[in-house]
Amino acid sequence: MRVQVKLFAFFREGRFIKEERELPEGCTVGEVVDALHIDREEVGVLMLNSRHCQFDTNLHGGDIIAIFPVIGGG
Amino acid sequence: MADKIFRVNMTDLSTSIEDVPADWAGHGGRGLTSTIVAAEVPPTCHPLGPNNKLIFAPGLLSGTTASNSGRISCGSKSPLTGTIKESNSGGTSAQRLARMGCKALIIEGQPQDDNWYSLSLTSDGITISKEEELVGQGNFAVVEAVERRFTDKIGILSIGQTGEMQMSAANISVKDPDSHLRSLGRGGLGAVMGSKKIKFIALDAGDHKVDIADPDAFKAANKTFTKALVDHPVSQALGTYGTNVLVNIINEAGGLPTRNFTAGQFDGHEQISGETMHDLIVERGGKPKHGCHQGCVIQCSQIYNDLKGNYKTSGIEYESIWAMGADCTVDDLDQIAEMDHILDDIGIDTIETAVAFGVAMEGGVLDFGDSKEMIRIMTDEIAKGTPLGRIIGNGAANVGKTYGVTRVPVVKNQAIPAYDPRAIKGIGITYATSTQGADHTMGYTIATEILGVGGSADPLSKEGQVELSRNLQIATAAIDSTGMCLFIAFAALDNGACLPALVDMLNARFGISLTAADVTNLGMSILKTEHAFNQAAGFTNLDDRLPEFFATESIPPHDAIWDFSGEEIDAFWNF
Repeated sequence: MRVQVKLFAFFREGRFIKEERELPEGCTVGEVVDALHIDREEVGVLMLNSRHCQFDTNLHGGDIIAIFPVIGGG
Repeated sequence: MADKIFRVNMTDLSTSIEDVPADWAGHGGRGLTSTIVAAEVPPTCHPLGPNNKLIFAPGLLSGTTASNSGRISCGSKSPLTGTIKESNSGGTSAQRLARMGCKALIIEGQPQDDNWYSLSLTSDGITISKEEELVGQGNFAVVEAVERRFTDKIGILSIGQTGEMQMSAANISVKDPDSHLRSLGRGGLGAVMGSKKIKFIALDAGDHKVDIADPDAFKAANKTFTKALVDHPVSQALGTYGTNVLVNIINEAGGLPTRNFTAGQFDGHEQISGETMHDLIVERGGKPKHGCHQGCVIQCSQIYNDLKGNYKTSGIEYESIWAMGADCTVDDLDQIAEMDHILDDIGIDTIETAVAFGVAMEGGVLDFGDSKEMIRIMTDEIAKGTPLGRIIGNGAANVGKTYGVTRVPVVKNQAIPAYDPRAIKGIGITYATSTQGADHTMGYTIATEILGVGGSADPLSKEGQVELSRNLQIATAAIDSTGMCLFIAFAALDNGACLPALVDMLNARFGISLTAADVTNLGMSILKTEHAFNQAAGFTNLDDRLPEFFATESIPPHDAIWDFSGEEIDAFWNF
C-alpha cells in the first residue's frame, strides 16, 4: 500500500519533508518511525490524516502520517 | 531598600513615592496590576478618560538572577474590550523597574492642555518633562533619540503614532537588550498611554540590585529551575525554530484559521513555517536564537534579516505570522517581516491589526493575499490616521461593523488568535471565558490538546476542556505575577522539580514560606478579582460566548463546529 509520510522540524535533517512510501499491509505508524531511524523517545506528536494517533495505530492505503518531535510555542 | 509605589498624576503633573500597602505586598506583575486596577479604577469609567489608570509592574522575581524572570506587566481598563486588561512583555523594563525599587508605576489623570510629555524614573523619583521633538515619530526613532539623550543602557517604554491617535489596537513598545522592540501587545494599552499624553518613559536603575532575603537558597533553587527549563525538549525546539514552529503542526491538525476563518488549513503553510524561517535566517546571517530579555535560557526570539542581509525584524511570533500570513492568505515571509517591522514602528498590535485586515478583505476593502496593499495601508493610512487607517486601527470588530461583515472573529471585541476554536475546542473555552477578551496566552490549552505536553486531550472533543482551560488559566495568572515567561509552563507541566523550585525562589527572595497551594490560590484570586471588575463594568455570562458563525459554519478539513452550550461554558467559573 502507498502512504504519504511528512516530517517536521529537525526530523527533516538528512531525511525529507514529504515522501510517498510503499509499505506492507498491516504496517503500524511506529514501524514507519523505526524504519526512518527516528528515536521513539524523541517523537512528540503523531498524526494520521490530521488526527492524533499512537505508535500502534494501523495504516491503510492512502493514509497521510505526520511525525513531529517534541515542540511548543504560543 | 524597601520597594515603593511610584505614582504620577498627569492632571496636575505631580508625582509621589509611596509605601506599598499591606494588601499589595504579596503581589507582582499581573496580580498587582489587576489588584490596583480593581482598587482604584471605576469599572464604568471611559478607558481613555481621566479616571482610567495605566499601571506598570515588574514580576515578583524580576530584577533577580532567576532565569526567564524579565516580564513586565501593564494593566488598565482596555479601550478595545472595555474589560480589565493585563498585557505582559519581555525587554529590559521589568528588570530596570525592579532594580530601582519600583514595585509598580501608577499613571493617573489626564493633562488639561495639548502638550505631550515624557517620564523619567530613577530610584530617587520621577521627572515629568514636556516632549516636542518625538511627537509623531515611530518607536524605532524614539528609542534611538532617547538613548542619545540618556545612555544606551536606559530602559524605554514608548508609543508610536497609533498610540498618540488613541487607536484601540495601539500597543506599548518595550526596548529589548539590543535596542529593538518587544510589545505589550494586546488590548489597546498604547491608546491609554496616548490618552495620558505620554510619549515615552525612560527607566534608569543605575547600579542598584534587588535584595534577596536568602541568597544561598535562591541560588540553589535557580539552579534546579534553570536545569528544568534547559533540559525540556520544547525549550530546545523554541530556541531553534521560534514559536513559528507551530505553523505546520496547527495546519496539520486542521486548526490554522485561514482566509478570515473560513478554512483550517493554508496551502502556503510551508512557505511561512518555522522550518522555512529558520533556514532563511541562517542563510542571510541573522540569528535563529535570541533572548528578549537578559537571563532568558530558552531564547525563542530571533533576528530576521532581509534579502540583502540587513536587519529587518526580531521576535516575530507565530501568532503574528499566522495573522498576516494564513488569515490574510499571504505566503511570503519577507512581506510578513516587513509588515511586522512597520507595525512595531507605528506601535500597533500585530494580531488585532492583521485580523482586522482579514475582515477588511472579506468586506472588499482589499483583496486576500494583497500584501503590497496591506503595507500601503499600514504606512499611508494607519500611520497617518486617515479614516480608513482609523477604521482598521480600531480593530477587527470595528472593521466588521463599518463594512457589514458578519464573520468577525472576536470575543469581547478582541481578535481571536491563531487557533480555530472549532477544531481545537479547549482554546475556545479560554477565548470565551478569559477576563480579557480572546487571548490564547490566558490558558494555553494547545499544549495539551495539540502538543501532548502536560497530558493529552482530543482537540475535537468537548470532554475535559472546561476543566483544562480553568486549571491553565489559574496557573497562568500565578505565573504572570512572578515575572516569569509563560514558556516555563512547558517544563512545569512535565518536570516535577520545576514549580517547587519556582516557589523556593519566591520564598528565598522575600523571606516567606509559600507553598504550591498558596500559588494556586493566588491564581484563583487574581481571576476572581478580574472577573468581579468586569461584572461591575457591565459584563455578564452572556458576554462569555464565541461569535455566532463558529456554531453555524463548519470548518474544513474536519467539518467541525463550535458546539458548547452557554451552560457548559459558564461552568468555567465554578471554583
